[in-house]
Amino acid sequence: MTAAATLLAATGSLEPAARSFLSPTGQEIVFLLVGIAVLGSAVVAVTTRQLVHAALWLVVALGGLAVEFLLLTAEFIAWVQVLIYLGSVVVLVLFGLMLTKAPIGRSPDADSKNRWVALVVALASAGTLVTLVVDAFRTSWIDLGQGGGSASVTGASLFRHWVLPFEALSVLLLAALVGAIVLSRGSGRRVPAPRAGRVRAGRPVGSNGTVAATAPRTAPGGDAPGAGTPGAAAREGAAPPASAASEES
Amino acid sequence: MHLAYPVVLAALLFSVGVYGVLARRNAVLVLMSVELMLNAVNLNLVAFDAWLRDSLHAGQALTLFTITVAAAEIGLGLAIVLLLFRARGTADIDRATALGDPAETLPVEEAPNGAEALKGQNAA
Repeated sequence: MTAAATLLAATGSLEPAARSFLSPTGQEIVFLLVGIAVLGSAVVAVTTRQLVHAALWLVVALGGLAVEFLLLTAEFIAWVQVLIYLGSVVVLVLFGLMLTKAPIGRSPDADSKNRWVALVVALASAGTLVTLVVDAFRTSWIDLGQGGGSASVTGASLFRHWVLPFEALSVLLLAALVGAIVLSRGSGRRVPAPRAGRVRAGRPVGSNGTVAATAPRTAPGGDAPGAGTPGAAAREGAAPPASAASEES
Repeated sequence: MHLAYPVVLAALLFSVGVYGVLARRNAVLVLMSVELMLNAVNLNLVAFDAWLRDSLHAGQALTLFTITVAAAEIGLGLAIVLLLFRARGTADIDRATALGDPAETLPVEEAPNGAEALKGQNAA
């Protein structure tokens, strides 16, 4: 019954094209404009010779895609896109550019020599995909409006039907983060033994350095007033008679 | 909304990502282009989820999974790129042609220099 209902709902939107491409709705116009911005910024991001600018153009492209998700009524995914892509992925990319000492300003060797081959391949794939996709989905119509992409609907479907993939994905994320930490700790080829304690201390415990570091701290401590125990005890013993004498006088 | 708009946009975005992966030399920029391709896939998933009115919301759930996998991928990828940069001194994927770790050849390169320096000191 539910399968038939979903099948009916799926095929219900396959009605013949009563809507024309020549009279677009407002949503389609907004989608088209934002799509042009996304596409243009993506093209600039993969062709510019300034590496940091490429990352910043990627911000524009991914933010525009968040707007497209909002127009397709997937608002939770739009905010996840803003949080994860704009918030963490682009920052990670910028960190990567900085840590690999990317040149600030124009770098003439940003593109490789097979740029024209890449252009031919990209144009061929774009032509093939667009032709196929337009031919296949020319008459399909998305009924937006009552479709659920809000946080409650997404959360209900995620924790009711997709719990096991969700948990597996969290384990995958943990494994990836542990792997990233292990990779970026360095391979330790110079010092083969685990060197956690040795790097912190700087030198082995018990050598001259530690003795020299602790010896002067105790030596003036005994001479300083109040620091050594005999001096403090002497002053504590001397203080009550003084206060008693002042009270008596 | 016609389904053709998001699907065509996703196809074009994917092609832009393909161009970036093939044409860029810096490994970080290649990772950025991979992100563009993954986002094209996300747009397809969301559009078809809205079109099919799936009661399980498979498209949106898979989009969330794809975003998470992309975050894990960029973390691991940047760790590998930093390791490559530390080992070879460059993040240029056209120059990372040799298999194997060049670190094992480093003592071999440094040992003659040290021996020559010792010889020079002894001669002086």
